[in-house]
Amino acid sequence: MYEYPAGELLSRKGVNIQIKELNSDIAHLRDISLTIGAIHDEKWDEPMGPTPFPSLTTLRNWDLALLNRYKPFYLPFCDLCCLCTYGKCDLTGTKRGACGISMPAQQSRTVLITACIGAATHIGHARHLLDHLVEKFGSDYPINVGGTGVEVEAPVIRLVCGIKPVTLGDLEPVLDYCENQVTQLLSVTHTGQEGNHLDFESKVLHAGTIDQVGMEVADIAQISALGFPKADPESSLADLGMGTVDTTKPVILVIGHNVPPSTEIIDYLQKKSLTSDVEVTGICCTALDITRYSSKAKIVGPISWQLRYIRSGIPDVVVIDEQCVRADTLQESAHIRAPLIATSEKNCLGLPDRTEDPVDEIVHDFLTGKQTGALILDPVKVGEVAVRTSIGIAPQRKKHKSLPHSKEALVALAKKCTQCVLCRRACPNDLPLPAAIKSAAQGNLSGLDEIYDDCLGCGRCEPPCAQKIPIHSLIVAAAEKKTRDETYCIRTGRGAIQDVEIRKVGGPIVLGEIPGIVAFVGCANYPKGSREVAEMCMEFAKRRYIVCTSGCSAMSAGMYRNEDGKTAYEQYSGHFEAGGIVNVGSCVSNAHIAGAAIKIASIFAKRPLRGNYEEIADYVYNRVGAVGVAWGAMSQKAAAIAAGFWRLGIPVVVGPHGTKYRRMLLGRSDKEEDWYVYDARTGKKVYGGPVPEHLFFAAETKEEAMVMIAKLTMRPNDTSKGRANKLANYVDLHKRLVGGIPSDVHQLVRTLADVPLTMKDEIVCHLHDNNWKEHPIPDPTLLKRMVHKEKEH
Amino acid sequence: MPMTDSWQTAEIPGPKKASLIIKPDIADAMIRRAKRPIMIVGHGILEYEVEGRKLIECLIELSKRGNIPVVATASTNREFLDRGFSPAALMPAVDIANRLTDTAWKGLDGKESYDLAIFVGLPYYMEWTILSGLKHFAPQVKTMTLDCVYQPNASWSFPNSTIKDWAANLACIVANLGD
Repeated sequence: MYEYPAGELLSRKGVNIQIKELNSDIAHLRDISLTIGAIHDEKWDEPMGPTPFPSLTTLRNWDLALLNRYKPFYLPFCDLCCLCTYGKCDLTGTKRGACGISMPAQQSRTVLITACIGAATHIGHARHLLDHLVEKFGSDYPINVGGTGVEVEAPVIRLVCGIKPVTLGDLEPVLDYCENQVTQLLSVTHTGQEGNHLDFESKVLHAGTIDQVGMEVADIAQISALGFPKADPESSLADLGMGTVDTTKPVILVIGHNVPPSTEIIDYLQKKSLTSDVEVTGICCTALDITRYSSKAKIVGPISWQLRYIRSGIPDVVVIDEQCVRADTLQESAHIRAPLIATSEKNCLGLPDRTEDPVDEIVHDFLTGKQTGALILDPVKVGEVAVRTSIGIAPQRKKHKSLPHSKEALVALAKKCTQCVLCRRACPNDLPLPAAIKSAAQGNLSGLDEIYDDCLGCGRCEPPCAQKIPIHSLIVAAAEKKTRDETYCIRTGRGAIQDVEIRKVGGPIVLGEIPGIVAFVGCANYPKGSREVAEMCMEFAKRRYIVCTSGCSAMSAGMYRNEDGKTAYEQYSGHFEAGGIVNVGSCVSNAHIAGAAIKIASIFAKRPLRGNYEEIADYVYNRVGAVGVAWGAMSQKAAAIAAGFWRLGIPVVVGPHGTKYRRMLLGRSDKEEDWYVYDARTGKKVYGGPVPEHLFFAAETKEEAMVMIAKLTMRPNDTSKGRANKLANYVDLHKRLVGGIPSDVHQLVRTLADVPLTMKDEIVCHLHDNNWKEHPIPDPTLLKRMVHKEKEH
Repeated sequence: MPMTDSWQTAEIPGPKKASLIIKPDIADAMIRRAKRPIMIVGHGILEYEVEGRKLIECLIELSKRGNIPVVATASTNREFLDRGFSPAALMPAVDIANRLTDTAWKGLDGKESYDLAIFVGLPYYMEWTILSGLKHFAPQVKTMTLDCVYQPNASWSFPNSTIKDWAANLACIVANLGD
């Protein structure tokens, strides 16, 4: 493997030639060294830490320390292995496959494959984006994610790689490293490589770290070059929801994650002074990013809005890029007679490549119906084709929809139902579709209307139907008023957290005056609709946690109004402060949430950052009460994002569908021996208490999740004041949502000073009943080498 | 539909699949045979009511007559408390399942391991994965689901059935235990 020595960086296209001795006709040369390409001007004087550009095993000891405490609990999704031609092999129980692999190893191998897919996707996206931006703006284009407010512009890259990127070109070797590592990690999953489940798990964590680097590259590149909000806590509010779309205008729908084709649409509209004439709407992270680029763009909703929005007939042109795009988008678009433009090499959909064709010809073919879709790999051309096609085709289409056109049509379809219940059995959320359809057949649409709120929008109910009832369309048509009323707003993704914000909250977070940071991230595979995310965000903001949002969860957080008619983003500030709801942006913006935790360690606590992963992660794990919540985590990317947080020592809570990721990382609060830490002051191993109790946890309900989130913000180093604050929230949520005082309070109280004053009587009584004993608050670390080190905090 | 089809059609299990509880006597016999049973009750049970009676009341009866400690998951606890019944523990489903895989774990009371875990009321897919975890990593624990849907990863499961039949089966199990 190529190693990246400190301070000796070349750009991806750079070449270094060293000549010991050269005899030619014109000269005799000795010891010549030539460097062609970008020369990295290293101006960062922080000494290099111990682990720059870590390889697969560099951080293994740290991983094993975590995995020893949070042992994997595997939940096999399949009893078999079918990855090679030896198989299928039955791995049930203690059986081993033909290659010798066991069930735990096979499950962890699958988790690693999942994390690699996720990391590769973000890194592939980052590469695609960076190449485009370097081509457009040049490799010397400066990185600027927040002006003077953000001096630590790339905390993840600085921490993991040990370099300080200054220009777009500096990000290229970072991506080289990521690509190298993902390739190495994926190779581990080949038959006959790794055989131990904990080593697979260590590599899962490494994949998460690499993923975090890749995400940071992508987002700081686009923030810098595309003029996105630069760590702006007061970034503008953007329209959110199907009801915000002006359907009298031609409408373009963009779906995916890679924003350049969408920005070119905006640019073309501006160039032609058409901005007010065409609606640009988006779904998924491209939508989030296009609102960071243009205040005119609108977000329709999360990933689960794809089918319902397309079938509504509102979009006149559908532009897709990469990731989380439904594989049947071409067919669905064809049903509403909306041409589709594919813009990514990663998602060609079998379409003819029209990249080199004249715009006029492509538009003509779309408008005449000669072609229903095309692959166009030039973003600039996409911009022109999409706009001209939308304007040309809108009068022809007249918002042709593929939903039932009337209540009568809906009822007629419902009457075909034979109550075979296959739709319900296909529904991921087991929604009561047969009963609702039965009512609809009698003219009562309320059941279908209610289902709309909990529907994932996956459409899995339709294929099993022998009567070919378009069940999802029935749901959407029954809820038509609701879709019209979807008029919300979202604070546009602000990107990074400012250094000054970190300085303000670092102390209160570490001391516990702010009870924690709760980040709602990830997809929309919710067990009971998106409203639950909004409710959780608002509850924790009300309790003065710092709430962060990103991706589809950021949208869900805004798709609900409180009793005052306000959305979460209207009610709470966008500052990274107690009670703030901070939308950092799209999927790749998740790096800023990790970055905030890292910056608390480096800026507030002044821990060395450069290439110093273990120490920073140890600090975050023991002191920064951050929790990730991926309530609707669905994708492989979500798995990789979670893995990055785990390795930083940040627990992640997922919804019940999250058990399908095949394993949890659970602590055992009943095993006292698992919770010993080094006291950095004395070097002795002391009991630190079962906090945070779990590293990866699936909650059954929103209520269970909220209680667990409050508990997982506790850290061994909490001050008594801080622990009391965290306990007050935990106990209060438990009493309110679950009932009664939590049975483990005695494990979470270290000294009587930890007990919240308002709950003193009942908690002290509980302590007495459970033979509670006081234990000192340590200066905790999992790293023996940190003992006796002088601490700033 | 075939009795051993997973309720959610794509959740194809195997090769090892749950034996069918074709009549309540089988479940009753399993409970009687168990030395240390435990029952894990998820929030899904709260949705069901037959002839004006909440099915959670049936489980309370089952717990009392069979002397089976109950672990309430999620927000199920409050419903138990409202009926004057205190579960033995309140614990997330993944947490209790994880402990069941530990052969050294001596149970909620610290006395002895459990040999039968009865599940009811978790979301179908979550119960599916949790039972899979136990199937592979807790061979010392037999699992039984009292839900009205077939759970292939349990040791024993009812077939997919109507709510009415399900309620009748539960009532029958409870009645038998009282004999």
